Amino acid sequence: MIKSKWWKWARRRALLVVPVILMATFLVFGLLQLVPGDLAVTLAGEAPTPERIAEIRSTYGLDRPFIVQYLSWLAHVAQGDLSRSLLSGEPVLTSILNRLPNTLIVVFGALSLSLAVGIPLGVAAAVRPGSRIDRALATTVSLGVALPSFWLAMILVSVLALDLNWFPATGMVRLSTSVSGAIWHTVLPALALSAAGAATIARQLRSALVDVLSSQYVRTLRAKGLTTTSILWKHGLKNVSVTLLTVIGLQINRLFSATVVIEIVFAIPGMGGLVVPAALAKDFPVVQGVVLTMAILNVTINFVVDAIIAYLDPRVSLS
Amino acid sequence: MTAAPLQPLISRYRALHWLGRWLRDDPRAGVALAFLVGLATLAILAPAAAPHSPTDQDLDAILMNPTVGHLLGTDDLGRDVFSRLLYGAPISLFASLLAVSIGVLLGVPIGVSAGFFGGRYDDVIGRVIETMSSFPGMVLAIGVTGALGVGLVNSMIAVGIVFSPEIARLARAQTLVVKNELYVDAARTFGASTARIVWHHVLPNAMQPVIVQVTLLLAIALLVESSLSFLGLGVQPPFPSWGAMLARAYANMEIAPGQMYPPGIAILLTALAFNTLGESLRKALDPKLKQRMTV
Repeated sequence: MIKSKWWKWARRRALLVVPVILMATFLVFGLLQLVPGDLAVTLAGEAPTPERIAEIRSTYGLDRPFIVQYLSWLAHVAQGDLSRSLLSGEPVLTSILNRLPNTLIVVFGALSLSLAVGIPLGVAAAVRPGSRIDRALATTVSLGVALPSFWLAMILVSVLALDLNWFPATGMVRLSTSVSGAIWHTVLPALALSAAGAATIARQLRSALVDVLSSQYVRTLRAKGLTTTSILWKHGLKNVSVTLLTVIGLQINRLFSATVVIEIVFAIPGMGGLVVPAALAKDFPVVQGVVLTMAILNVTINFVVDAIIAYLDPRVSLS
Repeated sequence: MTAAPLQPLISRYRALHWLGRWLRDDPRAGVALAFLVGLATLAILAPAAAPHSPTDQDLDAILMNPTVGHLLGTDDLGRDVFSRLLYGAPISLFASLLAVSIGVLLGVPIGVSAGFFGGRYDDVIGRVIETMSSFPGMVLAIGVTGALGVGLVNSMIAVGIVFSPEIARLARAQTLVVKNELYVDAARTFGASTARIVWHHVLPNAMQPVIVQVTLLLAIALLVESSLSFLGLGVQPPFPSWGAMLARAYANMEIAPGQMYPPGIAILLTALAFNTLGESLRKALDPKLKQRMTV
């Protein structure tokens, strides 16, 4: 019964993803409306001739009404045609597909690291609220959230890569070329990205666990003679898994943001390395392509996370 | 004495009293507040307090270690790091305030009106908020800055736009609670106009969580500003902002790794102060916690 409810819920929720993505395409296309002055003149570059401007106007359809421009752009996007870079002439989709794996490796490396550090810390603090571990965690969390991750990245490069030579300072190796090489290059960027994530995960997990451990049924379990450890594993973590998944969803959104800057510090050829130079050079097709891709990825991943939450917690899909 | 002129005095006293009790209950908030007030003072006094001009180059004295003349040494163009740090403070603080103000100016009216009027309008606004939140913030900020053109003001407009859905969501949720309160019904019964109800009754009572969020967003704005300036999308040279200083430090990382510490620590401490203040304010304003303290 619950399973069929979940399917119904998941289908309805999936249908809600479509208008969000459609509106995202509209906003991404609308970005061009923010460009001050005449777009055709901006695109024509320095010292443009009137002929060149007219040519650009007709190539990009800038002489047509906005909504017609949008629909024709959308039709191309729907077929996977994200236009070409104004600078390199390379199809935007090709550049994105070339670079996306590098970004995903860094983001999921950082997420795994945040969980590996954040979960034990959160559990340790929750088991003894007010203890030294708990107070140390509170301080670490405040620092972790206020730390600019790209500054932490610079410190890591300076100390662990340039001084001690333990890790490579820059670049990325394809997973298909060498798995160990890829992991090796991912360690420092993932470390820089995971500080804030681990702090947030530990804090959220701690407060959720403290609530569970002080609840009536845990008191009953204790009265029945169960040890703290077994209560934690059998009942505590199962009950806070929903909290944990919610935090993971939020973290993925944050990591997609932060990785853009971190990729520049480590010169990783990822989405950040693509979008930042493009934004500086007014290479709008590339900017639009990256922003749209990141939004779609984020929406899709968060849909999957929500679906898992609904599956674990029937209250979500039944409401 | 009549009661009329006394009223503002009493409420001012109450505010001071509340401030005093808040800071006594949470000394860390006091430290954070003192730090920020000190920083703001330094920021205003930067032209008088800084020993050197932030843009004067001295190519005979580049990347120097700290000396008496240059408290934090010099950068790769021989500019005094301490002076640049001081002059960077007003730029970084102004940038954060600008971004959050734009977020509030966009988000609060949208959120309050959506919550107050409801219906189809609310549905549409809800969808737009959801869509805007689906973009990773930094990526959207880079995209909007790219369109508007690089520079401090443009990049902070972009950050403000990115912040607005979050503020709108909060203001909307709070308005939904407030608009059903008895005093709003009472005002309506007395024939108060919609504008008056929103301005005098809904807005002041819906703002508490927004104020907390604004304090926390100031920290995020500072971090985002420094990131965007680091990427070259924010403050343009030769003007110093903490993020722009980190960009130069990054370029010289192999020969002068010490350059990255002064601006980085400045960002860390300021963001920490905003966060501490915001978290403490959240606790102080939370009615549930307040009740527990008075009962």
